[in-house]
Amino acid sequence: MSRWALRIGTLGYLALLLLVPVGFVFYRAFEHGFGHAWHAVTTPAAVHALELTLISAAVAVPVNTVFGIILALALVRTRFPGRGLVNAVVDLPLALSPVVVGLSLYLLYGRGGWLGGLADHGIRVLFSLPGIVLATLFVSMPFVVREVVPVLREIGTEQEQAAETLGARPMQIFRRITFPAIRWAVAYGVVLTTARVIGEFGAVSAVAGTKLTLPLYVRAEVENFDTSGAYAASVVLALIAIATVVVLRAFHPREETG
Amino acid sequence: MGSWPRSRGRLATESITAAPPLAGLSGGALARGVAMGYLSVVVLLPLAALIWASRAGGLGSIWDAATQPEAAAALRLTLGLAAICALVNAVAGTAIAWTLVRDRFPGKGAVDAVIDLPFALPTIVAGLTLLALYGPGGPFGIDVAFTRTGLMFALLFVTLPFVVRAVQPVLLELDTEMEEAAASLGAGSFAIFRRIVFPNLLPAILSGVALAFARAVGEFGAVVLISGNLPFKTEAASVYIFGQLQSDNQSSAAAVSVVLLFISLGVLLAIGGIRRRRTRHDRV
Repeated sequence: MSRWALRIGTLGYLALLLLVPVGFVFYRAFEHGFGHAWHAVTTPAAVHALELTLISAAVAVPVNTVFGIILALALVRTRFPGRGLVNAVVDLPLALSPVVVGLSLYLLYGRGGWLGGLADHGIRVLFSLPGIVLATLFVSMPFVVREVVPVLREIGTEQEQAAETLGARPMQIFRRITFPAIRWAVAYGVVLTTARVIGEFGAVSAVAGTKLTLPLYVRAEVENFDTSGAYAASVVLALIAIATVVVLRAFHPREETG
Repeated sequence: MGSWPRSRGRLATESITAAPPLAGLSGGALARGVAMGYLSVVVLLPLAALIWASRAGGLGSIWDAATQPEAAAALRLTLGLAAICALVNAVAGTAIAWTLVRDRFPGKGAVDAVIDLPFALPTIVAGLTLLALYGPGGPFGIDVAFTRTGLMFALLFVTLPFVVRAVQPVLLELDTEMEEAAASLGAGSFAIFRRIVFPNLLPAILSGVALAFARAVGEFGAVVLISGNLPFKTEAASVYIFGQLQSDNQSSAAAVSVVLLFISLGVLLAIGGIRRRRTRHDRV
């Protein structure tokens, strides 16, 4: 009896909070037919926003993947004073408001900021692609690190030490031993990073100026009272999110590495 | 079920309490240098610029800017709602985790997958979604747009996974033997939960709640559409900061941001403390 109450209560909560709202956006996007939604999402402005989103992801995801692996290696495989502090800094983007991130970048690269002079040398950071990329790099920094760190801890260093004894160079050790062991964790981290980079709103809003990524385009369309454009773009983003969840489920990385 | 990596819902910090003594891998120092350089450029330098900008007029000016009536109202509202949101999540998240681990019903795998949707869905889409359903002209005739209730819905949406994903792995590992022993000794199901299950889950619940609280305090995308951003009524702290930035009032934006930054650091420290307590208990 109480089991049924709990089941109905939790499933009802999930339905009202999650499923019904997300389903309703799909309904709203397609209520005037598929052609209407397609038309709304292929306007030049929407396509441009999608392009900008994908370009920034194409830069930010590889950068955060490479440095995420290096960070994880540094955290797990070396000891140094202040490591606890570094851990906290790695986790900070998860607990910090994206608007604070955006404002920080704005203050750093804006006029009067420490690096505001870059603009005088023709390097525009704010209100252009570099600013958008920096904002997404900040907010998506922890994902690869967080996935790789526990796996590195688990595999230990015995094989790496054996390889070293046998005369392998560091790059060889990484390529032949370390990387194959962490590759599923890396893949997981990459998917999470991609989802976050594509969907980031607050941090990008603060530095993008008049440039629009797809999430910013959604808000602009709502404010222009062009709801069909907003719903259509939202459906694109929601489909990316659903694909992310499905891909993550399909990977089962722990079973492969465990 | 349980295919989501164990690190999900936990922090990197939690898995690295004791590093193995370093094997003399060459390249260690290089990796460390590159890693620290990257962290400094991407994370630390912008935050340093924020703190620098906020303190430009002295410590007193941070206080003045953060206690201006509108800023103080936004901070109070945000902290209050985040606290309620954290409490609701403590109960609902634990109940959902329990249902997913201990209950059996068709479609459980799909329900388990749906929990991750708020992690993956862009926050602005979450906001639009809630506005469409619970805003003016919604199908249920419920209109909570531009109210604190609407704000609460948005916060509950984006923070849903934290407690569930923190509690679920602990509940999976928890042996049912103790519970069975208690039941055979005549304990009721509520007594079993309170005396046996709950104490085991508490650290995980608290970690999840802390993360949910931090997320709720900082949330922007999901609340910006549904809250209407009415000063003194539904204006969240992040929305206030954004508004100040747009009206070129950078010093007050920076002051409130520094308050949020320290709240985030405090939450991370608290989670670190919970984690240390847990590992100490494990060792004993």
